Amino acid sequence: MDKWEDNKAWFLVVPVFLIVAFSAIIPLMTVVNYSIQDILAPGKGVFVGVEWFREILSDSRLHGALIRQIIYTFSILAIEIPLGIMIALLMPARGFSSSISLVIVAIPLLIPWNVVGTIFQIFGRGDIGLGGAFLHKIGIDYNYASDSVDAWLTVLTMDVWHWTPLVVLLCFAGLRAIPDAYYQAAKIDGASKWAVFRFIQLPKLKGVLIIAVLLRFMDSFMIYTEPFVLSGGGPGNATTFLSQYLAQLAIGQFDLGPAAAFSLIYFLIILLFCFIFYTFMQNAEKENG
Amino acid sequence: MSMEWMAWTPVTACFFIFIILMLIGMTVWHQISPTFESKGFLPMKTTRGDRLFIGLLGSAYIYLIWIIITEASLWFVMPIALLYIFIVMKFG
Repeated sequence: MDKWEDNKAWFLVVPVFLIVAFSAIIPLMTVVNYSIQDILAPGKGVFVGVEWFREILSDSRLHGALIRQIIYTFSILAIEIPLGIMIALLMPARGFSSSISLVIVAIPLLIPWNVVGTIFQIFGRGDIGLGGAFLHKIGIDYNYASDSVDAWLTVLTMDVWHWTPLVVLLCFAGLRAIPDAYYQAAKIDGASKWAVFRFIQLPKLKGVLIIAVLLRFMDSFMIYTEPFVLSGGGPGNATTFLSQYLAQLAIGQFDLGPAAAFSLIYFLIILLFCFIFYTFMQNAEKENG
Repeated sequence: MSMEWMAWTPVTACFFIFIILMLIGMTVWHQISPTFESKGFLPMKTTRGDRLFIGLLGSAYIYLIWIIITEASLWFVMPIALLYIFIVMKFG
């Protein structure tokens, strides 16, 4: 085939390239431009060099938000991944009951972020919320609006409720892809349930688990809507994570320069983690052949 | 269409022109001498493009660390970042 004709597929990529250019590359370029200027008004900027980067990197509120973000993200992973595997293992493998349980498990995934925040905001209220009123009834003084621990537990519960189903669905698909021959061989060898899980199911789930960890990491590292709707990042700054702090800088205080510098640092952190996960995924795929 | 809102400066314009030229250069280099995966001191096999990405990402972190630890000019850290990119590209 003629080489030119062979390369015609590149033209099909042009629309995607244009969309990405307008939705991602041009805004990113603007953020880079803003990060080294003091933007006084549209078209009126004063060059400040790396001043905003210096200010942001020494900002104690940013350090606080970053530490909270890391604790939050790793707590989410530590809960959702094992819980997702456990639920996937307990789900019926085939038949009508399997379809029903898949639909039930997937329901939280269909609910938008802000609605999830509103649901838990009402659910957790001590006066009218089912969860909050129940906890008060059994003598637990629960109030997410005034107690940091309660706010954290509510945000964690909210994320676990909303996103564990994604891990479940991925693990369920991974488990169904394991050929029966493995289980038959294990049965012949008299392997225990734990041995089947440890030496057959878990190694075979490696690929989907890496995807699950990557997706959950990325998503929870950028969480904004749920804690914002629930408690506005409070009480105090207890549930103010990176995105919300960024929004406070950019929209609340209109400090576009520092917000742009912060965005670039945030982008670099995410890029680094993505690269590490991507490398792990590549290596795992090669090991699996 | 006015592009005033993008607040371009000569510094950022040079930065992006350099990035675009680098991408074009890497493409031309690949056409002249195609890259293959190879294993160096990095923990995985990498192509030339992978090593450039790791070099650029690492140098961005070198600059950030420099900003945290000192108020000295960024020109002083440039040789360190360039040396790091060279080492990753050559031996990574």
